[in-house]
Amino acid sequence: MSILVNAQTRLLVQGITGREGTFHTEQAIAYGTQVVAGVVPGQGGNTHLGVPVFNTVEHAVRATDANTSVIYVPARFATDAILEAIDAGLSLIACITEGIPVTDMLIVKQYLQNKATRLIGPNCPGVISPGTCKIGIMPGHIHKPGHVGVISRSGTLTYELVWQLTQLGIGQSTCVGIGGDPIIGMQFIDCLQLFQDDPDTHVIAMIGEIGGNAEERAAAYIKAHIQKPVVGYIAGQTAPPGRRMGHAGAIISGGQGTAAGKMAAMEAAGIRVCRSPADIGHTVATTIQMLAAKGGDR
Amino acid sequence: MKIHEYQAKAILAEYGIPVPKGEVAHTPAEVAAIAQRVGGRVVVKAQIHAGGRGKGGGVKLADSPAQAAEVGTQILGMTLVTPQTGPEGRLVRQVLVEEALDIARELYVSVTVDRDKNCAVMIASEAGGVAIEEVAASTPEKILKEWIDPLLGLRPFQARRLAYALHIAPEQLPQAIALMQGLYRAFLDKDCSLAEINPMIVTRQGQLLALDAKLDLDDNGLFRHPELQKLRDIGEENPYEVEASKYRLNYIKLDGNVSCIVNGAGLAMATMDIVKLAGAEPANFLDVGGGASAETVENAFRILLMDLHVRAVLINVFGGILRCDVFAQGVVQAVKNVQVELPVVVRMEGTNVERGRELLQQSGLNFIVADSMRDAAEKVVAALRNGGGRAA
Repeated sequence: MSILVNAQTRLLVQGITGREGTFHTEQAIAYGTQVVAGVVPGQGGNTHLGVPVFNTVEHAVRATDANTSVIYVPARFATDAILEAIDAGLSLIACITEGIPVTDMLIVKQYLQNKATRLIGPNCPGVISPGTCKIGIMPGHIHKPGHVGVISRSGTLTYELVWQLTQLGIGQSTCVGIGGDPIIGMQFIDCLQLFQDDPDTHVIAMIGEIGGNAEERAAAYIKAHIQKPVVGYIAGQTAPPGRRMGHAGAIISGGQGTAAGKMAAMEAAGIRVCRSPADIGHTVATTIQMLAAKGGDR
Repeated sequence: MKIHEYQAKAILAEYGIPVPKGEVAHTPAEVAAIAQRVGGRVVVKAQIHAGGRGKGGGVKLADSPAQAAEVGTQILGMTLVTPQTGPEGRLVRQVLVEEALDIARELYVSVTVDRDKNCAVMIASEAGGVAIEEVAASTPEKILKEWIDPLLGLRPFQARRLAYALHIAPEQLPQAIALMQGLYRAFLDKDCSLAEINPMIVTRQGQLLALDAKLDLDDNGLFRHPELQKLRDIGEENPYEVEASKYRLNYIKLDGNVSCIVNGAGLAMATMDIVKLAGAEPANFLDVGGGASAETVENAFRILLMDLHVRAVLINVFGGILRCDVFAQGVVQAVKNVQVELPVVVRMEGTNVERGRELLQQSGLNFIVADSMRDAAEKVVAALRNGGGRAA
């Protein structure tokens, strides 16, 4: 088991013929992901990497029963690509594209309301259920199937954690990169809920970063609704206020969004918070040992 | 991206928002000439990308063109220190000369993005003219909010609700509503992350104006605003950061002496954190991005070496899309070409890492290879203890 993506995922790639789209589609196919369609306006009827290409998402869905989309379209066209995928009724969309204006995302969020579609990202690495299905730009080989659910606002820092886990012999159920922008689709809380309901996820690892208050809200949610143990880390403990640290969402403003505030909220919610990014894997390992000692029935 | 007050006011004026009569000056003579044209009392305001200018002596009144020139002489060329500039302050290169107005009330109004509610929000307060964060902390009941549906925009009833709560006089309501709706339109059209009028004043004559204005622009929205790209003032930015931006390197200068080169923003922040935990201070945030070429790495080295406080370098790369062997080649080439004489600790992991490590070892250069993040941080601190590179 896993969340969001699995062997039933039928993937459609928006922007399949571009440089990024081509490279990562090859990787996804090699990993075993079922890539059933590509969408590039004007290239319908062609085949790329052995995958049929369509002019519109609607055509692609009708012809192939695709249920999930990944978007590698440049920022200036990506908003429209997301809206088109929502309109076509896909159950999951992962938007990898970085650089979408915030005002565009406000419209996307509005359009998502009352729809069954889930959006991951934008500006995210994607989602992977190790051994089964990989959607996005993460290196597949660092993952290992198992029982730790990973949620993160970051890309390479997620790979760092996953690699720490894999080296310790600890596998992952699903790893979700929710993205570093101020306005994103699925948030920590949405993923936490899915991991709580997934019988194959035993421990949750959550990597946050400075800016906004998504981690504080997640901490409150965990305290109220999550019975599984959670390990956490916040990147940017040394970041100066008022500066955008790479990610558009990673900015401390008006005294809000500091690492210290987030870590305190998470600790108060019973999350095992790591000071050092090098300790996250080991903290997950000791958490698993504690679970095993208790009978592992949580 | 930040812009100056005078630029923000020019944009707001396009949206029908009244602003005081005034112009920008670069010399005391220009200040006097503008004061003459504006007539009467004027305010001379330093134009820097930081708030709190009045407290630092960057905003002054003058009764005549001659006095305005005198005030202009004091402010132009001064190093203005405000709570937002840091102790080093900011050189004032231009001033805004504006008519002085009879202020009856100072209010606050802004539009920003509410990350919890996923929509824009208009914030208003009767406590204008002071930092809104302080108002929010000490008297949260004085903060009013209207959340804005992106499909509906800021409706007149919402603006009216705010205006009544601000105790705007009935005869000034139409002005207030037009001003608020104009502010929201400017926020949206120009892809702002913040559009703030503080204070929004009511004059004794009953007129509403934006006495001060601040627009922060969403960098992601700039691609569709060539007119706004021109407003960038690189004189207000750190010169290393300006240089880095030419190569699309995401660099932020900090005060420590361990320079970090990392791929990915989250990992870059985590690397800074672990350097600090190991007992040293990061000299910068630097994200080389996903497709770092040899040239990118070389530019990164050149920029970080401009900072003379740097005594050691820590490279932390997790190869996903970026292959470690390609990156290692870039590092070797960069260290040779740029003649790096500092200790360089390299931690690489991920795709083709063995080949990458081999390349570093065979280079004949003196890299310190680390096998984990913690190991890298400890090794860089040890290198500092051994004196690091360059004279202290």
